[in-house]
Amino acid sequence: MNLAPTQDSAVILRVENLGYESDGKTILKDISFDLSRGEHLAIVGSSGSGKSTLLRLLNRLLEPSRGTVYFGGQDYKEIPPRELRRKIGLILQQPYLFPGMVADNLRFGPAQRGETISDEAIAELLANVDLPDFAARDVANLSGGEAQRVSIARTLANSPEILLMDEPTSSLDEESRQQVEKLVCGIAQRQELTFIIVTHDMEQAGRLADKALVLEQGRIQRYGKVEEILHVK
Amino acid sequence: MLNNLFSNQIVLGLVQAAIAFTLALVVVLIANRRGIHIEKEVIVSLLRGIVQITAVGSVLLALLKSPNWVGIPILLGMFFAAGRTAARRAQGVNGAFNASFYGIALASGIVIGVMSWLGVIEYKIMSLVPVGSMVISAAMNSNALALNRFKAEITAHIGLIETALSLGASPEETVRPYVQAAIQASLIPRIDALRTLGIVWIPGLMTGMILAGSDPVYAAIYQFVVMGMIFATAGLSAMITMAFIQKQVFSPAEQLLIVSAQQNGNSDKKNNS
Repeated sequence: MNLAPTQDSAVILRVENLGYESDGKTILKDISFDLSRGEHLAIVGSSGSGKSTLLRLLNRLLEPSRGTVYFGGQDYKEIPPRELRRKIGLILQQPYLFPGMVADNLRFGPAQRGETISDEAIAELLANVDLPDFAARDVANLSGGEAQRVSIARTLANSPEILLMDEPTSSLDEESRQQVEKLVCGIAQRQELTFIIVTHDMEQAGRLADKALVLEQGRIQRYGKVEEILHVK
Repeated sequence: MLNNLFSNQIVLGLVQAAIAFTLALVVVLIANRRGIHIEKEVIVSLLRGIVQITAVGSVLLALLKSPNWVGIPILLGMFFAAGRTAARRAQGVNGAFNASFYGIALASGIVIGVMSWLGVIEYKIMSLVPVGSMVISAAMNSNALALNRFKAEITAHIGLIETALSLGASPEETVRPYVQAAIQASLIPRIDALRTLGIVWIPGLMTGMILAGSDPVYAAIYQFVVMGMIFATAGLSAMITMAFIQKQVFSPAEQLLIVSAQQNGNSDKKNNS
């Protein structure tokens, strides 16, 4: 597949022939897909299929061995990494919070570019993730679900254009999973946010995404509308 | 007792060395019983140590008659060997040798240079080489501790570092707490040595000076001067090395290379386990 950089302004992300090798081993090969603004993509696949590696490549925490990604029509290798990562936010499976207060975590991203966010903005971000009055809480005292919601609010504090989520609910109990899923849906609708979620849960993929991409041994096996690909919804 | 048994000083020295070697081996054996496997490293280090120090003893004899400039290649050789030894504590980190070599060479060079210029160290080969070796050895130990701690901290905090990167932080910002911890850890032995100077530890240099007929008070003060130099070199060396090494663990595109090396595409497996 050989696609030219998109001219379609609705397409926010174009992944083109992306490949990744490590120690001579092919992890991902010929990954190509488009994502329009406001679209929600679920990446599913078995263990070791390269799902998490793909997310890290999209956030450029890893360097592609082949191909590239066009973000807003621009080759992402031409965008300074810090600016790119702010615009393509990543939420990891484990919510790694920095020691200190919840508010300090929310301030971290904007502070990296010299911006200070107000207490009101912090309260709004926390209200968005159903954690009002959590600003002064010590992160050491949060439950798994609360910590994951703080990590989502922290990424949103950077005002990303795309949100990448690597199995954000897999380590949570059922109640917390439902809460996180509900707030991801709510935020995505309110802010018209484009997101990509890696998940094992086909039902969850059906509930959250419009499109689905099935990875198998580092290659795209199927890609298209979620109901056609996963036979859910 | 041994003095009565052996009249030849060299033979006496070898017997004493064998006793010290045996004591070290007993420690290795106890460590082994407790599941700590340092046998190979300690035995090789002990053998190397005895060969090297004996060779140096012979070289010092020759140095007495050498011109001062001979001290420079000797010190350079020490920088190289010390840099290589300390870098082993950060195996798998690209550029560890270069970072360690620059740290040791710059820190030792600055301290020896300033102290020679001020006249604290005589610009004579017989002063430069032994005092230089003490300073370089301190820098090497401090670097080894700093590199070891730095690598351990980075490996233990990959998730936090990646999170900070993904939020738009600079590489330096993401590893700052671990660089600070590494420098602090590297200076613990030096701070403790200064704290217990004269109480727990009466260093060899001072003892040697007194035996050679120096005023004990002057010998004590000069020992403090050397300790201060050693502390300054150790701290400076660890800081310079950390300044270099923290750049080495990231790619030009600000990606954590230790993660890339470890990941090998296993992140899915790791996440799903």
